Amino acid sequence: MNFFNQSKIFSFINKYHNLILVFFLAVLSLGLIEALIISPEDYLQGHSVRIMYVHVPSAWISLGIFSSMAFLSILVFIFKNKNLVIITKSLAPSGFIFTLIALVTGSIWGKPTWGTWWAWDARITTMLILCLFYLMYLLAWRIFENKDSVVKITSLITIIGAFNIPIIKFSVDWWSTLHQPSSIKILSDSKIHESMLVPLIIMTAAFALFSLLIFLMKYNTELIKIKNKGLDRL
Amino acid sequence: MINFLSMNGYGVYVFSAFVFTMVSFLGLYLIVRYQLKKEKQKFAEKFGKLKLDKVSVANKQKINKEILSASIFSKI
Repeated sequence: MNFFNQSKIFSFINKYHNLILVFFLAVLSLGLIEALIISPEDYLQGHSVRIMYVHVPSAWISLGIFSSMAFLSILVFIFKNKNLVIITKSLAPSGFIFTLIALVTGSIWGKPTWGTWWAWDARITTMLILCLFYLMYLLAWRIFENKDSVVKITSLITIIGAFNIPIIKFSVDWWSTLHQPSSIKILSDSKIHESMLVPLIIMTAAFALFSLLIFLMKYNTELIKIKNKGLDRL
Repeated sequence: MINFLSMNGYGVYVFSAFVFTMVSFLGLYLIVRYQLKKEKQKFAEKFGKLKLDKVSVANKQKINKEILSASIFSKI
């Protein structure tokens, strides 16, 4: 496992964990002030639009993490690198939580906006499927004891689940859905005003920092687990 | 303050979404921190039970020393 130096990574995480935590809390505090106080209400949705500042970043990060996991899993199949397996496994818990947050906050937002807590809308249903893929991935690590089998099974889960990602993304364009189309575009002008875009970006940064923090702690945990097994073999 | 909390009737939806998010963050952070602490403690206990000759073998891996020092001095 010499993808990069493990003792340096471990030392880095231990040294900078508190700094990342403090930075996350600072950015989150700023984001919450922007989201709850400074940003304006929507002319149609009123103050319920503020739910966007937790719902949208969660959805973005959950999709980003699963896409990364799928990419890493393909590399695992090609290069059989154990470090990539640890990285993928360490990404999963935060990805799962963000998917859950996106679903629950979306449901809460749906009630005042659409008059319902849930609808079998394309976007919502495919996000639920993503949540199930995350759950299958996490449970597979607990259920299967054979290390080689679990790596293959979990990698397959992420690769198959990755086919759902573009469906989630384009569902609002392909079908006539309850869920609104994307307001934020990378390659063209976004339809969102900067007074809402700024808090959205700040909250996304805060959520990304949180997922980084969790990833680093989880990665360290997995490293130590492996070293614990190493001590048993001595 | 009451106007801020009520948010024209949307307050219960907005704050429940934010509270759920923050509670989820806190829950996940505490669980992952607990798992990390548990593994560090296990490592320190196993290392402490090693015989002298095996300690020198274990010490050859720099990461084992890093984990041990983190187990003793870490506040995580």
